[in-house]
Amino acid sequence: MMASSYNAKEEDGHNSGASNNGGAGVVKSKKPDNTAFKQQRLPAWQPILTAGTVLPAFFVIGLIFIPIGIGLFVSSNNIKEFEIDYTGVDINNPCYNCAKNFSWNSTTPCVCSVPFTLEQPFESNVFMYYGLSNFYQNHRRYVKSRDDSQLNGDQSALKNPSKECEPYRTSEGQPIAPCGAIANSLFNDTLELYHIDSNGTRNTIPLVKKGIAWWTDKHVKFRNPGGNNNLTVAFQGTSKPVNWRKPVYELDPSDPENNGFINEDFIVWMRTAALPTFRKLYRIIQKKSSTTPTLPSGKYLLEITYNYPVLSFDGRKRMILSTISWMGGKNPFLGIAYITVGSICFFLGVVLLIIHHKYDTRNNSPDIPN
Amino acid sequence: MLRRRLNRLLGGDERRVDSRTIYVGHRSSSTTEAFIPPKFCDNRIVSSKYTVWNFLPKNLFEQFRRIANFYFLIIFLVQVIVDTPTSPVTSGLPLFFVITVTAIKQGYEDWLRHKADNEVNKYPVTVLEQGRKIRKESEKIKVGDVVEVEEDETFPCDLILLQSSRDDDTCFVTTASLDGESNHKTHYTVPDTEKDLESLNATIECEQPQPDLYKFVGRMHIYKNEQEPAVRSLGPENLLLKGATLKNTQKICGVAVYTGMETKMALNYQGKSQKRSAVEKSINAFLLVYLCILVSKALVCTTLKYVWQSKPGQDEPWYNEKTQREKDTNLYLKMFTDFLSFMVLFNFIIPVSMYVTVEMQKFLGSFFITWDKDFFDPEIKEGALVNTSDLNEELGQVEYVFTDKTGTLTQNNMEFIECCIDGFQYKYRDANSELDGFCVTDGPVNKVQEKAGREREELFLRALCLCHTVQVKESTKQSQGDGLIDQVDGFGVDGEVPRPPQEQRGFIASSPDEVALVKGAMRYGFTFLGLESKTMKILTRNNDVEMYELLHVLNFDPVRRRMSVIVRSKSGDTLLFCKGADSSIFPRVRQEEVERIRMNVERNATEGYRTLCVAYKYLSAEEYAQADAGLREARLALQDREEQLITIYNQVETGMSLIGATAVEDRLQEEAAETMEALQGAGIKVWVLTGDKMETAKSTCYACRLFQRNTELLELTVRTLDDGGRRREERLHELLLEYHKKAVQDAPPVKAGVTRTWSSATQDYGFIIDGATLSMVLNSSSESNSSRYKNLFLQICQNCASVLCCRMAPLQKAQIVKMVKNSKGSPITLSIGDGANDVSMILEAHVGIGIKGKEGRQAVRNSDYAIPKLKHLKKLLLAHGHLYYVRIAHLVQYFFYKNLCFILPQFLYQFFCGYSQQPLYDAAYLTMYNICFTSMPILAYSLLEQHICMEVLLDNSTLYREIAKNAMLRWGPFLYWTLLGVFHGLLFFFGVRYLFSNPALQDNGQVFGNWSYGTIVFTVLVFTVTLKLALDTRHWTWINHFVIWGSLAFYMFFSFFWGGIIWPFLKQQRLYFVFANMLSSVSAWLVIILLILLSLLPEILLVVFRKPRGPHARQKKPVQSSMGGNQSPRSSARPLLMRTFSDESNTVI
Repeated sequence: MMASSYNAKEEDGHNSGASNNGGAGVVKSKKPDNTAFKQQRLPAWQPILTAGTVLPAFFVIGLIFIPIGIGLFVSSNNIKEFEIDYTGVDINNPCYNCAKNFSWNSTTPCVCSVPFTLEQPFESNVFMYYGLSNFYQNHRRYVKSRDDSQLNGDQSALKNPSKECEPYRTSEGQPIAPCGAIANSLFNDTLELYHIDSNGTRNTIPLVKKGIAWWTDKHVKFRNPGGNNNLTVAFQGTSKPVNWRKPVYELDPSDPENNGFINEDFIVWMRTAALPTFRKLYRIIQKKSSTTPTLPSGKYLLEITYNYPVLSFDGRKRMILSTISWMGGKNPFLGIAYITVGSICFFLGVVLLIIHHKYDTRNNSPDIPN
Repeated sequence: MLRRRLNRLLGGDERRVDSRTIYVGHRSSSTTEAFIPPKFCDNRIVSSKYTVWNFLPKNLFEQFRRIANFYFLIIFLVQVIVDTPTSPVTSGLPLFFVITVTAIKQGYEDWLRHKADNEVNKYPVTVLEQGRKIRKESEKIKVGDVVEVEEDETFPCDLILLQSSRDDDTCFVTTASLDGESNHKTHYTVPDTEKDLESLNATIECEQPQPDLYKFVGRMHIYKNEQEPAVRSLGPENLLLKGATLKNTQKICGVAVYTGMETKMALNYQGKSQKRSAVEKSINAFLLVYLCILVSKALVCTTLKYVWQSKPGQDEPWYNEKTQREKDTNLYLKMFTDFLSFMVLFNFIIPVSMYVTVEMQKFLGSFFITWDKDFFDPEIKEGALVNTSDLNEELGQVEYVFTDKTGTLTQNNMEFIECCIDGFQYKYRDANSELDGFCVTDGPVNKVQEKAGREREELFLRALCLCHTVQVKESTKQSQGDGLIDQVDGFGVDGEVPRPPQEQRGFIASSPDEVALVKGAMRYGFTFLGLESKTMKILTRNNDVEMYELLHVLNFDPVRRRMSVIVRSKSGDTLLFCKGADSSIFPRVRQEEVERIRMNVERNATEGYRTLCVAYKYLSAEEYAQADAGLREARLALQDREEQLITIYNQVETGMSLIGATAVEDRLQEEAAETMEALQGAGIKVWVLTGDKMETAKSTCYACRLFQRNTELLELTVRTLDDGGRRREERLHELLLEYHKKAVQDAPPVKAGVTRTWSSATQDYGFIIDGATLSMVLNSSSESNSSRYKNLFLQICQNCASVLCCRMAPLQKAQIVKMVKNSKGSPITLSIGDGANDVSMILEAHVGIGIKGKEGRQAVRNSDYAIPKLKHLKKLLLAHGHLYYVRIAHLVQYFFYKNLCFILPQFLYQFFCGYSQQPLYDAAYLTMYNICFTSMPILAYSLLEQHICMEVLLDNSTLYREIAKNAMLRWGPFLYWTLLGVFHGLLFFFGVRYLFSNPALQDNGQVFGNWSYGTIVFTVLVFTVTLKLALDTRHWTWINHFVIWGSLAFYMFFSFFWGGIIWPFLKQQRLYFVFANMLSSVSAWLVIILLILLSLLPEILLVVFRKPRGPHARQKKPVQSSMGGNQSPRSSARPLLMRTFSDESNTVI
């Protein structure tokens, strides 16, 4: 035997030799198994896409997509949305001064009020967003600058945050909680909304700050170290993020369920946006009664505690009021896309039908003389 | 001292390094000389590559020598060293997986090799030492040891046979495991060695180890009591090769000359050169394109990044400050690391998994060939054999088939048909023969007509009985000579008719012609009884036993094309019998005898029979003495033995007188004609390369329908060259130009062979060339002519439907293959053959196919694929080859496509994230995309797809033309797939981008972040890419269903799972509930459905529009194919059509 006799071909040589000479020797049949798989004869479905099968599909797609598209388009159009830029770039803007005179060290908050008018009443629940532009929350250095273990209440991570948080990891020799660039740059403008009555009185509109963050984020992903009680103790030995005016356990001292890492504003901010122009949910204005609209048309005043500088990187700040439909916020794209695709399919179906019809007649005609 | 003098005498000193000296039994030759045991390697066979210690480093080194692996290693290292967007795990894990799987596979193979090595190395052998028998392990045998081997044992090393238990100092071996020849070969002991091996004092001088199994030269010096040492020549007949098995002999003793890795078997086992398929070349070309895309993407991003950063406030806004280290880094170094980071981010465009998948596809796919029961041959009880799986797809790309004639087109199952003695024809007719050809002689069966003189007849028959190297098959159970019932030569071939038992005699010979001749002689009453101690016994017609002493055998070789024996009859006459091809015999006999025979020979040849001429001559005592001396001297020569022998042979074989000629039929293989027709229908050009005569080969070509009735033959042979009466060179020039004009210039422009149809309007040409003319064409005297002739010749050949090259030496076959292979457009060539003479062309061609025929196994061993019969070639190429090509081509294109549309959104995302190398997808998705989510469907597709089912492929050979010239992997389709990938990538990204212009996508007003963005894009991607494959799948077996829908389900499941748990080992819980939240958004659903549909829409449209143009909708079998099937059996049974003669007129001379 050859040394490398595991090789099939040597065995072949051997076997044939043996069977030829030995005659009655052990003749191992090498006949391949006659199984469907080995013979590549597995039963198979062989779909053929022909005009005949595709045509109805096109029509069906067209017929389904166009109504969906129209529905989407209509519901998007029914969504009321109001947007106001309060950055203060323009000299006429009420916040111009606040924007101009911004300083990190100022102790007195700069407040500016932006009046606006709603032409139409907002009937259902109104969602209040803040929007930032040219703010790269999706920058790699920014996105990774967080420590999810720390935010999950891990004690060791609290005292020794991840290296990814650099350069927002420690401050004055103490670990920063919450560490990292995302937390550090938490949006800290305070927005308040007033309805101006016809007689000129300002009525505060109640803003609900619950339910703005993902449920799972608030209840599982983000946790305070050592429970929600006595956060001051829990966060002892840590430092507040350098750009913050108050430590994390004072984010919402009024509500222990919304304080520390599980502050919803904080959680919303921590979910980094996909694009440099984005909006984040700020408050919800709940509908009170079925008879009166949530926000009746009329004059309103937006009061801003201007803490967040964006002019240094040419950013913009907006406040957005929007109602919501089953498809989310206002976005005509989907509706238009569906209508377009549906129409294209329908159109193609028609074209195909014509071609198919013509081709068939052409195909059949030469057969007749034969 | 003596030895040294001898060495000097024979010129051994200068060439000391060329030979080795072995002391038999380690006994020094003379007492005066100090005995220094020479250093030789031990008898350990090491076929394994690794040991436990060096496995890891060596294997890793070998794996990283592959350019792709190395590339991925570099990417991985960059990820480890540089701060890159994706964690090293994303590329490290797949690489680790690939490396591990490969290492395990190679380790397992090596373990098997170790096991096999050990089995051989630890095998107990008996060694004679100081008169005692010692059992040893095989690996401990040293050169010079005297080894004893018993019957049915294999030889543990290369031995010189010293002693045999048989009386006639011979032994029989079978070399089935070496070259597959299962016949018994006779080997001889060294003459005159002493019976007592203990007292044998001898040295052996032989050449250094060399791999040729059939060559060995050596010399043995036997020292006896201080006399002048006797010198004996050693040849291959004295050498017992390691790996061969002892048969019919109780035991032998031999001295080890080559051991371990120096044995001929081990030397022969060195691997063959790797053949690379055209598909692989395409892959490499595409890779280069993608590498360029990758680099340019990275460059664009790096440039834009620095442009973008130059705007104030962008580089480092207050909310996103750099770390101290980043600030300190040198700007150019930073640019460079940024470039590397982008490379890493986009590196998935060249997927490591593609290599794994391609390898797996090839490896697993090749099993379908071995499993195919259509390739199973009940006669030899074997199916097809795949020696390399690298070339599966090449089977679908063949443009030229070079086929051997004997044993490939024909069965190599020889049957004696007729003979001619002194110009009179004798035809043997068996009563129950199937053959019903016309018969000139109609005398009684089994009796020679009294036409030629009885003496001449008997001389002729004696010549047939004596002039051969046939052995009588011995049976150990029955005594010799009493009507053995043995089935050695015909394994029950269906053409074989049962003969009376007395004729059923087992003969073994290296060439089936010889057996046929001996059997033919037997039918006329002359039976060869066997060779015993140099005496040949013949049973004559009168039941007398004649004895002839066999003096010399002048062996057959393909260059001389003849063989002779010198025998001495009882009466003391020394006779030389010679048989050989007409061309080699005619010049060596008296010319007046030639004409009578020539006519018969030529007629036989045109009928497709193999003809041999038989001649003899009386040797006078002086002549014999001279020849004998010459032969002995030549056989002793250490150097140039072959040349010297041939010179002597040529001297002896002159002035003979011609007795007659024989005609042996070699039947066509089953379905040879159908196969050839199918190949031609598939646009494959078939060239027949044979060593046979032109007439024989031509008639075979007609029988195989390679030449049709209307084929115009262009002949370029010695005959046509001599016709003009001028110098051959001039005539060659003239003919070449004439044929070129005819076949190339006047031929209507043919569009690349693809559109060529079988219309009668175009004239088909057949081209015939012979070896001598070919060498004139290739090695023309002047350099300029040579290349010009070659060009003309090639152009003519390429315009001919089929080409016949006859009288080819093995090397010339390879030369032709090489010439075509390197011609313009580098067509894919396939060589098919069954014999040792085809090995060179099998190795030369892109795809080498061996037929498991009767001429040994060299062809099979050296081939890439081996099939039992020629007819299997049709299915191998038309069905398997076609499918494999389509599968792998689709696999490759699809892989590039799916990674392009995978990475393109990530590239586009850079424009929206400040060129910060932020990955769009989560690391898990990046890693799993190619490994889990999209790998299985394409693998299943590439194993199971039958876009056209096998029966249709076999019935319509023209379908093969559709994929000719690498049709699916040319730049056109590549561009299409690339554009498709770009289109999909753009669609995915911007579709979601516009959706995210308002990220409040949930009905509770909450917003989605960047990971949701990536997950939506990724979901669309996975679904689109998988459904695109589903659209392309034409053959949905349950496996396809399972894998395609399973992959999608697995993706969903995995995403839920991955996002459902806070993973403690992850630094960031990026995807926590992202997928679930995505699914809770109606908008996300709608956009996913929309984008998938929109991506596939053009594809569906294309399929619909393309369908009507397809020439072959899946119709039922065409009617004519079944008609062709009915014709076939008749023609293969009776290959020699009478039209051969009428077609002669078509020949252009």
